[in-house]
Amino acid sequence: MDWGAIFSNAAVELISPTTAAYALAALGLAVHFGYTGLLNFGQAGFMALGAYGYAISILTFGFPVWGAFLVGVGASVIFALILGIPTLRLRADYLAIVTIAAAEIVRLLFTTNTYASVTGSANGLSGYKNEFAALNPLADGTYGFGPFTNNAYDTWLRIVAWSIVILAALLVWQIMRSPWGRVIKGIREDEDAVRALGKNVYAYKMQSLIFGGVLGTIAGMIFALPRAVVPSNYQTTLTFFIYAILLLGGAATVLGPIIGSMIFWVLLSFFSGFVARAVEAGWLPFMTSIQGGQLRFILVGVAIMLIVIFRPQGIFGNKKELAFVR
Amino acid sequence: MSANAVSQAAAPLEPPVPTKKPVKTTGLHIGEAGPGCAKVDPILVVDNVRRTFGGLTAVDVAHVEVPRGAITALIGPNGAGKTTLFNLLTGFDKPDSGKWTFDGRSLAGVPAYKVARMGQIRTFQLTKALGLLTVMDNMLLGAKGQTGENMFRALMPFLWRNQEEENRAKALDLLTRFKLDTKKNDYAASLSGGQRKLLEMARALMSDPTLVMLDEPMAGVNPALTQSLLDHILNLKSQGMTVLFVEHDMHMVRHIADWVIVMAEGKVVAEGDPHEVMQNPAVIDAYLGQHHDEDIGIDPDAETEHVSAIKELLDDER
Repeated sequence: MDWGAIFSNAAVELISPTTAAYALAALGLAVHFGYTGLLNFGQAGFMALGAYGYAISILTFGFPVWGAFLVGVGASVIFALILGIPTLRLRADYLAIVTIAAAEIVRLLFTTNTYASVTGSANGLSGYKNEFAALNPLADGTYGFGPFTNNAYDTWLRIVAWSIVILAALLVWQIMRSPWGRVIKGIREDEDAVRALGKNVYAYKMQSLIFGGVLGTIAGMIFALPRAVVPSNYQTTLTFFIYAILLLGGAATVLGPIIGSMIFWVLLSFFSGFVARAVEAGWLPFMTSIQGGQLRFILVGVAIMLIVIFRPQGIFGNKKELAFVR
Repeated sequence: MSANAVSQAAAPLEPPVPTKKPVKTTGLHIGEAGPGCAKVDPILVVDNVRRTFGGLTAVDVAHVEVPRGAITALIGPNGAGKTTLFNLLTGFDKPDSGKWTFDGRSLAGVPAYKVARMGQIRTFQLTKALGLLTVMDNMLLGAKGQTGENMFRALMPFLWRNQEEENRAKALDLLTRFKLDTKKNDYAASLSGGQRKLLEMARALMSDPTLVMLDEPMAGVNPALTQSLLDHILNLKSQGMTVLFVEHDMHMVRHIADWVIVMAEGKVVAEGDPHEVMQNPAVIDAYLGQHHDEDIGIDPDAETEHVSAIKELLDDER
């Protein structure tokens, strides 16, 4: 058994752009769910808008990178407004139903054949990386050490992705310790009480929905840059993985989603490498390698269940908060 | 929870106004005291406010005025529509018809948060302390016009830091008055029921309201804490605020209220001085039913028991 390869493959995930994308999407969800108490089950929809907004702008309209970025962000602001205007006045669970449905609508809209010339239908889109690569100031060659050795494009992508994550984390940290964040946390606890104190709860919830959604959208762009944009990537399971990461790290924390994402991806990669090699080595004679591929999700699920049972507040959550869960 | 409250009440009370004999404000009304009578200086004027839930008319108030600078009690049997009227007046519920003004400005159709910004602050029957915020954060949330509550300005602390410090000092001052200063860094969820009532009242005062509306401030409060809550309510008046409160405890109503409005079945049935209004036949009818002194042949003992109980209450003057 090649333990070295298993561990080094797992370590690669620690700083991969996909991990950064999940961390950023989870950070957006922390703003929604952890701080404001909005049950957004459509984070995958926000990510899809980011990925498609970026890819379509470049491929169909020939926009520069910053223009494509703004198109994606603009699309998600409009999406948040469409979701929020009818539902934010209602009880929290209505938002959950509407967001999960809206995210599916977005995905199916991108899958449908009618717009295949623009969206690529089920095959998705690719070939939009050149514009981003052209901005790369790094010379060709390899950078990094050990398992973290990458070519110039991948290194550039990692630097940009993690810089965005760090910036977003600082932004969330600063805004949540401001009076704005205090109102937001008050809304999570009891929106009628906050309303009785003269705060426009509806506007605050909308701001939070847009803010978290934009973080999800940028995450979608980072997610799209190392691969192609394929609609099946944006199913509801994506939202649930992001929820798993959020609960793993701690819902109302800034570091939680980031570290949670790292743990999630390292564990996923470790289990997938371990199971694949264990099947090869004949340790699991009752299992084919295809079945082994699915087993990793079961093992990650068990690992997350254990964390939630023995550390329900998440890794960075405050234990004291759980003493008063209603 | 009660252990906390008892130890708190056991601490020496130092109320700035005499505890035993509150100063009553009199001469509030013009002409005969009765349902819908005019006040010398009304702060809240309600006209034809009606709210139905399906076939049930919860509130149907033709006209009522709340006097400024006084403590007004809103009483009535269960289901009289007191809390519904509260919700309507504060924008938490919308009436089918009617209009009402606060300080001369119409409030019909004004959302709850704007009502609060105008200086009409309410509390809730079921206390709404924000559990996972600290007591201090609860207080700071009450302050009005905070620069840092704008999403973009929130990112620039230098814009709101001074204001935050002022609010913090004010909050600490209020917390000290309400004897919650030692708890300022605890989660509000860790407070006892009575302390939460105090916190909710203190939080309402952060915005310097002109009219404080308290929905059953004494419900579920340990008797040892009642006196200190009463003193706080009396203090509001001495600081120039108007108080309107819903209460079931008649002793408390008689003790602190300057004016009493009695509701039954959604209507205002009587108004007046707390001592006189309790003698009003309409009030006794509202609480006991119209035929309470007629022998209807079913268990006359129980009936007399009720009547003697309310008479005892009426006679129980301080």
